[in-house]
Amino acid sequence: MLGAYLPILLLVIVAVLFGLVSIVLSSLIGQKKPSPVKLAPYESGCTPVGTARERFSIKFYLIAMLFILFDIEAVFLYPWAILYKKLGVFGLVEMGTFIVILFVGYIYVWKKGALEWE
Amino acid sequence: MENLNSYLIVSAILFSIGTIGVLTRKNAIVIFMCIELMLNAVNLTFVALSRHLGNLDGQIFVFFVMTVAAAEAAVGLALMIAFYNNKESIDVEDINIMKW
Amino acid sequence: MDMITIPAVNMTPILPEIFLSVLAMALLLINVFIPSGQKSYLGYISFVGVVAAGVLVGAGWGAPVESFSGSVVQDNFATFFKIIFLLSAGLAILISDQYMEREGCNHGELYPLILFTVVGMMLMAAGTDLMTIFLGLEVMSVALYVLAGFNRANLKSNEAGLKYFLLGSFSTGFLLYGMALTYGATGTTRIAKIAAIVGQMTVPSANIMLVAGMLLMLTGFAFKVAAAPFHMWTPDVYEGAPTPMTAFMSAGPKAAGFAALLRIFLVALPTLQVEWSQLLWVLAVLTMTVGNITALRQDNIKRMLAYSSIAHAGYALVGFAAGNGTGAAGILFYMLSYTFMNIGAFAVIILIGKKGEANGTVMDFAGLGFKQPALAVAMSVFLFSLAGIPPTAGFIGKFYLFSSAVQKGYIWLAVIGVLNSAASVYYYLRVMVYMYMKEPTEDFEWTRITPPIALSLLISVAGTLIPGIVPSVILQFAEQAVKLI
Repeated sequence: MLGAYLPILLLVIVAVLFGLVSIVLSSLIGQKKPSPVKLAPYESGCTPVGTARERFSIKFYLIAMLFILFDIEAVFLYPWAILYKKLGVFGLVEMGTFIVILFVGYIYVWKKGALEWE
Repeated sequence: MENLNSYLIVSAILFSIGTIGVLTRKNAIVIFMCIELMLNAVNLTFVALSRHLGNLDGQIFVFFVMTVAAAEAAVGLALMIAFYNNKESIDVEDINIMKW
Repeated sequence: MDMITIPAVNMTPILPEIFLSVLAMALLLINVFIPSGQKSYLGYISFVGVVAAGVLVGAGWGAPVESFSGSVVQDNFATFFKIIFLLSAGLAILISDQYMEREGCNHGELYPLILFTVVGMMLMAAGTDLMTIFLGLEVMSVALYVLAGFNRANLKSNEAGLKYFLLGSFSTGFLLYGMALTYGATGTTRIAKIAAIVGQMTVPSANIMLVAGMLLMLTGFAFKVAAAPFHMWTPDVYEGAPTPMTAFMSAGPKAAGFAALLRIFLVALPTLQVEWSQLLWVLAVLTMTVGNITALRQDNIKRMLAYSSIAHAGYALVGFAAGNGTGAAGILFYMLSYTFMNIGAFAVIILIGKKGEANGTVMDFAGLGFKQPALAVAMSVFLFSLAGIPPTAGFIGKFYLFSSAVQKGYIWLAVIGVLNSAASVYYYLRVMVYMYMKEPTEDFEWTRITPPIALSLLISVAGTLIPGIVPSVILQFAEQAVKLI
């Protein structure tokens, strides 16, 4: 019974090994020329300055809001995806309608310029 | 499932925490988070009951509650931003032009 | 591979809803693809759409159809309420254009939002499954939150939207919890099945989960119909929201709340009537009294009408507490007439008002009777009807509601109702005193009456007077509508 999970176990082992091997190998073989910039904590390539509790632009809220909306609607896709074949054409049409409605919302958001950053 | 009661009690406690939060907090966003807590307590109730009763209606209901909560969150955040743009605050104490 | 058999799907019951949704989405796209300063044409399209939906809905009268495994029906009850919603939306669209242009917020999104609200309300009335009713309620509420805060630049409108949102979603939590517990107690969300299962219980009131579910659902809906003690949001939201939306909110969504309440309590939980009827007795008395007493000392006319709308919810609750056929038919009749008289009164308020929501007090009606006699007569008709003075629809409706309470043996409830109604005459007639007996305080700069508002006033006056003079026609429809529940 547990045999079914063997591939997952193998995947975990491979993943851990890959991580370990690359870190160990690069620290053994790689050159080391430390400088203050290189030792600074990595933050998406930006120079980490100022406090972390900085105020950020209201534009992030807009993107977050849109993300929540379109993201959550995906929950309806999962049950359909599992039963996709059993539901046949009817399910396909229903889901198509659903996606079209979402798409109308997307076009609206796009034309309104909510996706432009500047 | 014998431990249905424990699920119901947990969700009742969560719901009460949410309710108390709504009534006592000042920041509109925190109030909204408390409302979300209430909705999720309801979701827990639905799922527990659905499992106990062995029928799926409750779980389908949860899907709808989740999506509706997302729509509410979007609208709510938009309203808060509009309010903030005019008033520079989202403290409910400042929602006071009209008698509350 | 075995296919899942799809139950027969009959689209007839939700055809008007589909039509309006598609129209609303089309309008949204038209609005962004054809940008122009003038947005009135969107209003005209949506008005025509609402009329067309009315024809679709009306065609279903007397032809009950059930669909989606019994989660949506088309019955006379739903049809009657759908007509009320469409009327309120149509009138709201007619009175919106002029106001929105004056306040500088004539965004094209207004009309799709109104249409989505109507779709939600229609689903609430047609839903025979707690899930459908909940979805309808939320489609309605989410759109309404936006409509209340529609005037983005106006702080009062922002406040109204935010308050409505916070308290509205708070009440949704209670409603949902109630639905969850009802589901737990009965194992189903279908109204008909709940009724059957509760009917088999020997002592339904001993089932704590069911009773708690009922109480929580009642709380949630009491918020939505603005019944005391859950009415705190109403005055602020009604005062702050753009006036046409206040008119819309006080008519349509209130009726939708009653539609869902009637369906759930009279169809699903009639076996608990002894319990909920007593609760509603108290709720009705509280709501009428709080609404009327607070309305007495309001100077802002929108706020006054907000408290008056609380009082009117109380009158409707009297019929609900009675819980018999007369009471239910009375609620239907009353909601229909309230739509006409209240939106009519708000239309006059829009015409009196000035940019920036100025001129919004009772005193600003001073001298209207001399300056604009026709408008003053229309306002008088609405006020008479709101106060319940014959020969108006408001009188017949109240008469019907109170007599249902007497039939049920709730004599005191009827007496309190009549006393309240008498007290309300004071604040309605105060407006008339200003219109006919006071001199205008300043120079009366007249706003022009545009054809749409004129049309809405005509419809409202007709809708207030005709059922008042020949009530039997509408009452017959209302009685047929409640036969099914």
